[in-house]
Amino acid sequence: MSEAPLLSVRDLSVAFVQEGHQSMAVDHISFDIAKGETVALVGESGSGKSVSALSVLKLLPYPTASHPSGQILFQGADLLATNEKELRRVRGNNITMIFQEPMTSLNPLHSIEQQVVEVLKLHQGLGDRQAKARTLELLNEVGIREPEKRLDAYPHQLSGGQRQRVMIAMALANEPELLIADEPTTALDVTVQAQILELLADLKSRKNMSMLFITHDLGIVRKIADRVCVMTKGKIVETGPTKDIFANPQHAYTRHLLAAEPKGKPPAANNAAKPVMTGKDIKVWFPIKRGFFRRTVDNVKAVDGIDVTVRAGQTLGVVGESGSGKTTLGLALARMISSTGSIQFNGRDINKLTFNDMRPLRRELQIVFQDPFGSLSPRMSISEIIEEGLKIHEPKLSPDQRDKRIVDVLKEVGLDPATRNRYPHEFSGGQRQRVAIARAMVLNPRFVMLDEPTSALDMSVQAQVVDLLRSLQAKHDLAYLFISHDLKVIRALANDVIVMRNGRIVEAGPSEQIFGNPQTDYTRALISAAFKIETAPVGIVSE
Amino acid sequence: MSTAKGTAAATPELAARPRLSPLNQRRWQNFKANRRGYWSLWIFLVLFVLSLFSELIANDKPLVAFYKGDILFPVLVAYPEEKFGGFYAVTDYRDPVIQDEIDAHGWTIWPPIRYSYQTVNNAIPEAAPTKPSWLYDKKTLCNQYPQGDADPNCIVGNWNWLGTDDQARDVLARVIYGFRVSVLFGLILTAGSGLIGVSAGALQGYFGGWTDLLFQRFIEIWSAIPVLYLLLIIAAILPPGFFILLGLMLLFSWVALVGVVRAEFLRARNFEYVNAARALGVPNRTIMFRHLLPNAMVATLTFLPFLLSGSISTLTSLDYLGFGLPPGSASLGELLKQAQRNLNAPWLGISGFVVISLMLSLLVFVGEATRDAFDPRKTFR
Repeated sequence: MSEAPLLSVRDLSVAFVQEGHQSMAVDHISFDIAKGETVALVGESGSGKSVSALSVLKLLPYPTASHPSGQILFQGADLLATNEKELRRVRGNNITMIFQEPMTSLNPLHSIEQQVVEVLKLHQGLGDRQAKARTLELLNEVGIREPEKRLDAYPHQLSGGQRQRVMIAMALANEPELLIADEPTTALDVTVQAQILELLADLKSRKNMSMLFITHDLGIVRKIADRVCVMTKGKIVETGPTKDIFANPQHAYTRHLLAAEPKGKPPAANNAAKPVMTGKDIKVWFPIKRGFFRRTVDNVKAVDGIDVTVRAGQTLGVVGESGSGKTTLGLALARMISSTGSIQFNGRDINKLTFNDMRPLRRELQIVFQDPFGSLSPRMSISEIIEEGLKIHEPKLSPDQRDKRIVDVLKEVGLDPATRNRYPHEFSGGQRQRVAIARAMVLNPRFVMLDEPTSALDMSVQAQVVDLLRSLQAKHDLAYLFISHDLKVIRALANDVIVMRNGRIVEAGPSEQIFGNPQTDYTRALISAAFKIETAPVGIVSE
Repeated sequence: MSTAKGTAAATPELAARPRLSPLNQRRWQNFKANRRGYWSLWIFLVLFVLSLFSELIANDKPLVAFYKGDILFPVLVAYPEEKFGGFYAVTDYRDPVIQDEIDAHGWTIWPPIRYSYQTVNNAIPEAAPTKPSWLYDKKTLCNQYPQGDADPNCIVGNWNWLGTDDQARDVLARVIYGFRVSVLFGLILTAGSGLIGVSAGALQGYFGGWTDLLFQRFIEIWSAIPVLYLLLIIAAILPPGFFILLGLMLLFSWVALVGVVRAEFLRARNFEYVNAARALGVPNRTIMFRHLLPNAMVATLTFLPFLLSGSISTLTSLDYLGFGLPPGSASLGELLKQAQRNLNAPWLGISGFVVISLMLSLLVFVGEATRDAFDPRKTFR
């Protein structure tokens, strides 16, 4: 790098003031981005990576946030020192940004055309006709097929990937020199993620843009970045070319991060084990009603005739992209939503039982939900949360006996029992998920449905939770139905896998067979997108 | 990490649950941080508790009397006049004859104000309504007593501190009793409508669908009924009284809370922790109480103080219009009506105004502090 870098962050700090306390979110970091280079900021949640990126455009909530030190030099000018008016010229013109959640970053009340045209008119002063022509050009560039037909579409009519493409089109409208991408693929399916990353890499090289890429996913970093800055607790602990970092990590945290992928093998599949849960021809159809008399004109077939068998001590993994019906299948099996078909639990058909008749069975049939922040009532201490099921299913226990059970189960899931009178907000995401698991385990269930229990967690915490689940399974001979879009977690935990798409099974079989020798194009595409971040030929996966 | 912590605490010491949960402690801190609301609460509580013992503060009977060797409690027990040598069924302790009789054979302790809310002062210095006693000199004030300013009844205890109304009743006594009636009416009405409104809103929000649809349409029709007309009609059929009025108001005031509670339940009924509770087999009733009601309580508690002041002003305005409590009862609305008819007696209007505005302001300030206390985003520097 002989010439001066395009963006140079020098000694930047960000502090937040909350209830009189000042906390440093970013602590004296420095990095450079050269022209045409992609730099990735990697770190787990709370490491300050997004805050660093937002401060480049001064998008933080000032004056709650402040910069006690540092400079951000963009083409030689210090962005932190410029006034709001100057800054507005830079934002969206020289530096643009794309965000994580494409649904909420687009205005739901404006069509695609309106939103892209607005950017063009505002920053480039184009006339109506020119702006429309340029919009079409941009949409073409970001890979939206038949853009003429898409101009009048509203955000909700597009898929997640398409929405993110529109966001990219808006970001590119002014030919920026620097694109800041804040976890742009986190909310997307793996196959779509691969497509978007390919698009970004392609656009970058064609337009000689620089890119600041923020992510928690090391696989993406390896794929897309030229240089990496590893962040933790507000500091950059290691920075260097991507190849070197992956080949020869220097800092302990980087090594920890690289070693954090869920590992280990599921217990061997044993087809002789007793089936705990068997579903036959399960269908969940949501009727579409039209007209004055609400006639049913069609059905949304969320789950369309699926057979599953979950055996004691074994895990059935259900994978699929969002909207494939995997969660619906799980909820139907747990009798949380109504379905047709037969569901055998412990040899008893439970699909016709009423809510009250189901209650005694609930103790053996537990659910762990995806979001550990949403699934724990914020107004109950974790002891009360875990106690709730005991009060219903073992009403004869005295408070002391209950307390003992709570202490035991907390130890079992690796939490300090002394913390049981605290409230969920005092715990980290991983600890909360342990509480949610403890709530299920305290009842000694036989079947647990795990609905994406790791996807809201950081990579290193995911690995711990997977280990915990595996050891609990071995100890109590549990049957798991493990729902996830994350193939790495599934590979580490499931001995049988079904791949779902549009409510139907695409492929089912033992885990080794699915991952080692996938039979269908769709499964192959899914696996290569997940493990190698490669896109599949057009037509196999959705856009 | 946390695994290590788990094994460290091998002997689980039973850390007792704090009496007030941290959340409620924070709320109480927030409430106290609003100084105006905090002081208003104390002032209101003192006034309210005092007014609960109105009979001991303003009454036309002695608190304790000693007569011929017996200790009597005329405030609590209605002694016939026979006991003191008379022949009426009810003793008028303000009658000089009875007073002389008791004084001759014992003594009496009077409350600080010797008038109840319907006691007529027979010795007013000029035609009712009369000015507050401290505006007269002693001679004029006592000119109606048999012995003039030398009369044993020409004492501070017989003063009309805020004057009398046009029926020669003591305004201060009426104001004290009126305050109590108003606040009690407001509290009962608020509690009642809170109970009905929260239950109705909870049921609609939780079950949704047809329950919600039908209930909402019913409420739309119900709240379109003109309450004042109905009160007029009912007043013509039923004798007006505290509880009839309360019941009638309750029929219509519960609607106010349904909206907020229903919205909270609708929003929260598919929260993941509610689903988690369902998956545990927790019955609907418990889910509503334990998981959903706390969410709705914030909105409800914020609303309640304003509902309370609303009910009080409704009662006052009904009294003012003459459709409220039966004639003769202590009511602030009636005081205002008298003030309007006797513009030459400003002490009526001023007393009524000060009491009502003080009461409502205190309640609104308390309400503001409550809202602060329950606002999760509120921070005090």
